[in-house]
Amino acid sequence: MLKEIIFYGRGGQGAVTAANLIASAALKSGNRGVQAFPFFGAERRGAPVKAFARISDNEIFLRSQIKKPDIVVVLDTGVMDAINVAEGIKKDGIILLNTNKSASDFSFPYRTAVVDATSIAIKNEILVGGIPVVNTPMTGALTKILDGIDIENLKLAIKERFGKIGDKNAKAAEEAYNEVIF
Amino acid sequence: MKTAISYPTVGAMGKTGTWRVFRPSLDREKCIKCWRCWIFCPDSAISRDEYPVIDYEYCKGCGVCANECPVNAIEMGREEK
Amino acid sequence: MIFIDTANHISALAAKMAKPHVIAAYPITPQTTIVERLAEYVESGQLNADFIRVESEHSAMAACIGASAMGARTFTATASHGLLLMHEMLHWAGLARLPVVMVNVNRAIGPGWNIWSDLNDSLSQRDTGWIQFYASSNQEVFDNIIQAYKIGESEEVMLPVMISYDGFTLSHTSMPVEVPEQSKIDEFLPPFKPAWKIDVENPITHGNIVPPEPYMEIRYSMQRAMERAKKIIEEVGEEWGKKFGREYDLIQEYKCDDADYVMVTMGAISAEARFAVDELRKRGEKVGLVNLRTFRPFPYEKLKYEKMIVIDRNVSPGLGGVVYHEMKKTGKDLYGFIAGLGGVDVSYKDFERIYELAKRGKEGWYPLEVK
Repeated sequence: MLKEIIFYGRGGQGAVTAANLIASAALKSGNRGVQAFPFFGAERRGAPVKAFARISDNEIFLRSQIKKPDIVVVLDTGVMDAINVAEGIKKDGIILLNTNKSASDFSFPYRTAVVDATSIAIKNEILVGGIPVVNTPMTGALTKILDGIDIENLKLAIKERFGKIGDKNAKAAEEAYNEVIF
Repeated sequence: MKTAISYPTVGAMGKTGTWRVFRPSLDREKCIKCWRCWIFCPDSAISRDEYPVIDYEYCKGCGVCANECPVNAIEMGREEK
Repeated sequence: MIFIDTANHISALAAKMAKPHVIAAYPITPQTTIVERLAEYVESGQLNADFIRVESEHSAMAACIGASAMGARTFTATASHGLLLMHEMLHWAGLARLPVVMVNVNRAIGPGWNIWSDLNDSLSQRDTGWIQFYASSNQEVFDNIIQAYKIGESEEVMLPVMISYDGFTLSHTSMPVEVPEQSKIDEFLPPFKPAWKIDVENPITHGNIVPPEPYMEIRYSMQRAMERAKKIIEEVGEEWGKKFGREYDLIQEYKCDDADYVMVTMGAISAEARFAVDELRKRGEKVGLVNLRTFRPFPYEKLKYEKMIVIDRNVSPGLGGVVYHEMKKTGKDLYGFIAGLGGVDVSYKDFERIYELAKRGKEGWYPLEVK
């Protein structure tokens, strides 16, 4: 089974890192085919950005960009003013939002999951230049939604990636895993 | 003929003001109207009136204006959305 | 060990495991993260090599040529305009018969300024005497780099080797890669023993003035080396297969045996085309795929299928797709398409469409002329 995921956020929020972490955790959980890549553009801090991840039991041969995602992850709902994040999503697809609101406040005709990743990031002091970094908690929430990824493998992938600050990022991911509502 | 020529246009990348993390604000008391901010703004988001006017629709909050201001009349504060 | 990383980081790792003595490189998008990673390896002591920070790509290649002529194993990496700036020195490395190994991350040439994938940069270096490999996955990138040293440094070859792969589509995409132990790589790739080198004990001059007749012999010798390289590439690919479980040839064939039409592609789009072959097969279409792993030497003897659909991510203005026209040497029925220039996404749906068009006898620029 192939799962295709699009991450939306702003440059500097770590959307590409989130895609890489989920792919790494999926590989550790026994998925032979994983892939993570940025939207091929020139990234600028603050500009809306996109990243992609694919997860499959078998080797992945696709190299094109994802047009019809199974899951859409929105790191910053502010980008929704300019971008239709639901574009192309499959009928039974899921939208995961970083928000302190509830799913019913968003009128998507798709299953909508919510998690307050910003508060989790602030609580765990994952800040860069005073700005909360929400990518690790969002991967935690995404792990809950996806089948076939063990949260322990995600925590391991996070610790490998972040070294010294790995523990608090892993803790934030686990909290989001437990708190996501969908 | 299609060539690599492009022409100046307003907002080719959309309303880039939404990219801002830090917001410049001008202190008119300090401003000496040297217009360095106007010259250096890489996005031409500052125009000349009685004082420099910042167009927040397109200002990305890069802070070049604040950096160039010789009298520290421009302060970069956190953008509140 | 299997883990995920981008093709650029995998390139840097492969280069490190080949234990080069000298690295001379200049950063350029989308190659930059290779150079950054190699600099980290040297700085941290994980790689015992001289890292020469040069002022241009022309100098990077010149430094590799000098080092290689001293008998050093060398590595460099570039892309697009950087490769074009090297052009003079590429001929030099080729004619000097120096087995420099270089990664080129394929990127379109400007103007218009464009950082995305397109094979015109490396195909423009067609006649420089470099062996050229292309890859469709990060695993192939790793495997090609290690094999490149063994092939280029073979006494029967002694030619520089360029490993190209698509900017962003591979360079910045994380995929699983199996990386063998260093000891296994060392067993496979012995230290470089140059056929000739600059040595103060035994003085020689290289690159001196050469009269017409010997010059022509030098060129002939180079052509013969390219022809012999075909056999060496096969042998090294087979040895790699025995050691590491992934066998390589000049081309990779997929479901060609009973195919009425065979698509011929190069680079990352070969993987996408393979997916398209599976989709078309589900609908009963007898279609196969040839991925060209090597462009120089050109494996035309192996392209033996009666009807071949050639998809070029490049163009030679005034002629057409480069691979399509080189394949005319096969004498088979060819259908040529130009697609994906400047990073235009070519999805499996596009390959399915191109196949349908070819079946109706059409060819040309997709989707500008035919769609």
